[in-house]
Amino acid sequence: MTATATPPVTEQQAPAAEPRRKYDAERLFNRVALGVLVAFSLLWLVPLAWALATSIRPAQEVITDPTSWFTAHPTLAAYGDIFDAGKLPYWYANSFITSILTTVLTVLAGSLAAFALSQTRFRARRVAFVMLLAGIMIPGQVLMIPQFLALQEAGLLNTYWGVVLPQVPNVVAVFVFKQFFDGIPRELIDAARADGASWLRTYRQIVMPISRPVISAVTIFVFVGVWNNFLWPLLVVTDPEMMTLPVGLTSVQDVFGVPYAQLMASAVLGAIPLLAVFALFQRRIVEGIAGTGLK
Amino acid sequence: MATTTAPTKARGRGDRWAGPGMLLPFSLFYLVFLVGPLIYTVVAGFFDTSLLKSGLGDFAGFSNYSTVLGDSEFWRTLKNTLWFTVLTTVPLVLLSLVLAILADRFVRGRWFFRFAFFAPFVLPSAVVALMFTFIYADQVGLAQQAATWVGVDTPPSWLGDPDWAMISIAAATVWWTLGFNFVLYLAGLQDIPRSVHEAAAIDGAGPWQRIRHVVVPMLGRTTTLVTVLQVVASLKVFDQIYMLTNGGPDGSTRPSLQLIYDTGFVEGRVGYASTVSLLLFVVILLVSLVWFALVRRAEKER
Repeated sequence: MTATATPPVTEQQAPAAEPRRKYDAERLFNRVALGVLVAFSLLWLVPLAWALATSIRPAQEVITDPTSWFTAHPTLAAYGDIFDAGKLPYWYANSFITSILTTVLTVLAGSLAAFALSQTRFRARRVAFVMLLAGIMIPGQVLMIPQFLALQEAGLLNTYWGVVLPQVPNVVAVFVFKQFFDGIPRELIDAARADGASWLRTYRQIVMPISRPVISAVTIFVFVGVWNNFLWPLLVVTDPEMMTLPVGLTSVQDVFGVPYAQLMASAVLGAIPLLAVFALFQRRIVEGIAGTGLK
Repeated sequence: MATTTAPTKARGRGDRWAGPGMLLPFSLFYLVFLVGPLIYTVVAGFFDTSLLKSGLGDFAGFSNYSTVLGDSEFWRTLKNTLWFTVLTTVPLVLLSLVLAILADRFVRGRWFFRFAFFAPFVLPSAVVALMFTFIYADQVGLAQQAATWVGVDTPPSWLGDPDWAMISIAAATVWWTLGFNFVLYLAGLQDIPRSVHEAAAIDGAGPWQRIRHVVVPMLGRTTTLVTVLQVVASLKVFDQIYMLTNGGPDGSTRPSLQLIYDTGFVEGRVGYASTVSLLLFVVILLVSLVWFALVRRAEKER
C-alpha cells in the first residue's frame, strides 16, 4: 500500500459553500487536535532525549544533580567505560550475525512455503494451510523448555544456530508472503509454466523478482524482531562472548551497579542501530506492520 | 513438462511433489520447534520430569495439575499477568486509536508524529528497561521529579511500592509499544475512502460527529485485530518485568511466564513448569477464541 495515497480531510479541503460556523468548528477542531498530538509526541520523546542527555554528562554531575538536562562539560567518558568493561563489539557482531542468519532462513523457507500454498495444488494443501493457521495461536515463549532441551540435546547451546533455528518458523512471515503471492496474476504463472519452467524455477525467476516490496518488509520486521529478542538468547547463551546485544546490555548493569551515565550510554548504544534502521526504512517497516494480517 | 494430458487442471506428472517439496523446509522447522515442543509440553505435564535427569522421569498422572491448581503462587502470577494485560490493553487500544485519528488529519506533520510514537517500538526491551530503571529510580529519577513538579509532595517509589510497581511497568510498556498499534490504525484509516469523509461533510457532520459515527465504526476490524494482538502479547509479558523488578517487590509483579522460567530453569522442575506452560497456553487460546467468536456474532448482527 502506498502510505500517502489518500490525503486526509483538512481545513483547506472543506467545501467552500460550507456555512462559516462549520468552517470555524473545523478549524478549532484542527487546532485542538494539533495541540494534543504535539503534547503527546513531545512526552514520547522525553525518555529518549533524557537518556541521551544523561549519557554525555560527567558521572560526578549526574550524582550531584541527577534530573538536570544540561551540562557545561559534555563528555563521552561513559561510552568509553562501556567499551572497556563490556564485550560490546562481540555483542554487536553476535546480534548482527544471528539476525542475518535468521532473516535469510526465514525469508527463504517462508516464501517457498507460501508459494507452495498459494500457487501449487496438491492433496494435503488445505490441511497444511489449516495447520499453519493453527501455528499462529501457539505462543512460542510457552514452549521455551522443550525448545531448550532439544537444543541442549543437539549440543547447540552457546552457538549461533542455537539462537537462530527456533526463530525460523515464523508463521506470520508465511502469511504475509502468501497474501502477496495470492495477488500475483494467474496468467503470469501459467505463462511461465506453459513455457516449461519448473515450479522451483517459476518461484526463483518469476515470483521472487517481482516480490521485492514484500521481501524487504518481511526482512526488516524479522530482522528487528530477532535483534530485539531477549528471552531466547538469555536462555541459550551464557558465554559473555556469545551474547547478543540485549542480553549483554543487561549484564552491564551488574558490572556498574548504579552509575546512571553508563546505564544511559548503554541504552543509547543499544538503541542506535535500530533507530538508524528505522530512520532508513521507515516506510517499509510501516508497510510490513500494516501488512501483518490486516486484510 | 507442462503439457496436460487431461483437460482438467491436472499438471504434469513430475509436479505432484512440487508443492509438498517446497513446503518441506518450513515444515521441518515448524514441526521441530513448534509442534514437537507442544507435544512434549503436554506429555511432560504428566511426568515428574527434572532438568537434572535425562528422560521424562516417573509417571505422575494428574498430580502436577493438582499441585499447580492448588498452588497460590500460580494463581497470583496469573492474576498479575491479567492485571498487566488490563493495564496495558486499555490505553494501548484507546490512546493509539485517538492519536491515529488525530494524526490522520495532518498530511505535513504526520512523519514527525509517526517517528515520535513509533521510534520507541524498535528499541530492544533491554534498552527500554535500562532507561526506565533510571526514570523510575528513587530520589534521582525523572518520574519522581515530575511528580513533585505537579504538586505531589511525597511521590511513591515507582518500582519499590507493590501497589505502584505493576502500574509503572505498564506505563513504560505503553510508551514502548504504542507506535505499533498507532501504525496499524493509520493503515486502517488509509483504507477509508475519501468519498466517505466528503459525503459526511456535505451532509453537515462536524469533525467530532464524523469521527464518532463514520471513522470509528469503519475501524472496527482494525480495532478487533489490535485488541487481540495486544491481549495475546500482554499475556506473554516477561522481558521488561524481569529486568525492571525481577517480579518484585515481594512477587507483586511476577508474571506467569516468569513462574515457568523460574520453576523450569532455576529449580529444574520441568514437569511442573510444563503444566504451567500448558495452562497459560490454554488461557491465551481461550482469550483469542472467545474474542473471535464475539466479533463474528457482532458482525452477523450488524
